[in-house]
Amino acid sequence: MSQSPILELKNVTKRFGNTHALSDVSIALTPGRIHCLLGDNGAGKSTLIKVMSGYHHATDGQVVFDGEQLTFASPRHARQLGIATVHQDVGTIPLMTIGRNFFLGAEPKKGFGPFSQLDKAKANGIALEQMQRFGITRVKDAEQLVGTMSGGERQVLAIGRAMYFGARVLILDEPTSALGVKESAIVLKMMKQVREDGIAVVFITHNARHAMAVGDDFSVLIHGKVAAQFERGEVSRDELLNLMAGGEDMAQLEVDLEAVE
Amino acid sequence: MTRLLRRPETGAIVAFLLTYLFFAIFTYTNGFVSWNGTVGWMNLAAELGIVAVPVALLMIAGEFDLSIGSTVGAASMVLAIGTTHMGLTIWPMIVLALVMGMAIGLANGLVVVRTGLPSFIVTLATNFIVIGATMGLSRLLTNVTSSSIAVSDSAKLVFAGRWEQANISILWWLLAIAIGLWVLSRTVFGNWIYATGGNLQAARGAGVPVERVKIILFMATGFAAALVGIILGVQWNSGNATYGMGYVFQAPIVVVIGGVLLSGGYGTVGGVAVATALFGVISTGIFYTGWSTDWIQLFLGALLGAAVLANSYVRKMALMGGR
Repeated sequence: MSQSPILELKNVTKRFGNTHALSDVSIALTPGRIHCLLGDNGAGKSTLIKVMSGYHHATDGQVVFDGEQLTFASPRHARQLGIATVHQDVGTIPLMTIGRNFFLGAEPKKGFGPFSQLDKAKANGIALEQMQRFGITRVKDAEQLVGTMSGGERQVLAIGRAMYFGARVLILDEPTSALGVKESAIVLKMMKQVREDGIAVVFITHNARHAMAVGDDFSVLIHGKVAAQFERGEVSRDELLNLMAGGEDMAQLEVDLEAVE
Repeated sequence: MTRLLRRPETGAIVAFLLTYLFFAIFTYTNGFVSWNGTVGWMNLAAELGIVAVPVALLMIAGEFDLSIGSTVGAASMVLAIGTTHMGLTIWPMIVLALVMGMAIGLANGLVVVRTGLPSFIVTLATNFIVIGATMGLSRLLTNVTSSSIAVSDSAKLVFAGRWEQANISILWWLLAIAIGLWVLSRTVFGNWIYATGGNLQAARGAGVPVERVKIILFMATGFAAALVGIILGVQWNSGNATYGMGYVFQAPIVVVIGGVLLSGGYGTVGGVAVATALFGVISTGIFYTGWSTDWIQLFLGALLGAAVLANSYVRKMALMGGR
């Protein structure tokens, strides 16, 4: 860990009224490392990534970006700094072509004034090139509708787009949860490639196997608190599973289940 | 072949060809295929077509506009009241009518975007509000709800010029198609239209100003409806609050027959243009057969049903793997 973190949350607390969504959470994201964020539903993962991407302001604590403490003015502000979020379902539009999807909201143009138009050739060329760079070779025509692609390929498109537009921190919200084994492998492979490019990746998942496969750092959230934080190799898969299920509860659950049988 | 089946406009083209051939064969001796017969259905298609293009773009962006019908009538009454009752010249009234059309669109757009209510209901309400206001104000000012328009030669030329039997509205229609084709398939704004109707959240997430896209399109339909009102008014030398009530449903019908998905996000201007031509062919073709015009409705209804079925099939085909 020679590199210094690019985005750091220090003792962040987020309250909604009387509810503590996050309590005293500290987390550091380092370029070239994949940080797995684990935890049950309602543990505060969504709130945490919303604080990271500028949708929520921390009630207490600090957000440090590139060594400077700051408050994101808006999600757009965070995006401009290079913090990109890719959600599992929203992000691509099935009935539009790959090229149109890839550049949505940042379309390349040619021509001037009222006759300026979408530069489809450029959009299609770059979109295809980026897809192929991340191992999607089956797709040969960027005029193809995104809806014809598999879930994994769509995820690659969304991540590739964030990368192309200069992401420095990439937040992946359950990118593999709706995918089959092969499809997940494509996405996990891509994440390793993204890590090689020196991007700080946040990987939110329910799947301990996927987390173990690519993760460098791990944070387990339980009830809005960091229950455990460790590096690759410090914890076994069983221990990880136990942590994700809420610590000692898992062992108790097994005892209960046996009692039922 | 499968590639062709995936195009949204394929259905409209096939239906147009079959219908045209049907009338061409069965009414050949009556002159349906002649110059006059052709101009006849084009005249009829043109006025509807001018509104159908922006309505198509709006529907691709995921919204309806049922207020177009009353805007057509209101625009014609603006000309009538201004020129006859107040004695003003027609050109400023034409500008006023167009501005009013856009203002109605702006109001529709703002309400839909701010409240998040379905545009179907919002614009249906607008339709009644506008026609009611038009009739009420007309009666208040002139004691009637239809009135003659004092038309200048220049206005006559621009909005109701004729070459033999052909109305100049055909040129306006072609212009609307050209602009629609350009905007939807070539411009960045066109990309935003597809995205807004295809997946609102994703479009917003990618930084597309979805609210602005919708409002601009509502204003475009209002503008086009006012333009049609002006064309009708100048053509007939009179304004009438009820002009254009037929368009309320005819426009969405040709848009859907043209291959635009009712749920938005998919469709082409070319398909809508062909479907509008199809509407013209059916509406005039029936006359050449000598049958009762009652059959027009049945024909349109059957086509609409077939189109909706075909569209959902096309959508499935479009989303199937490979090419």
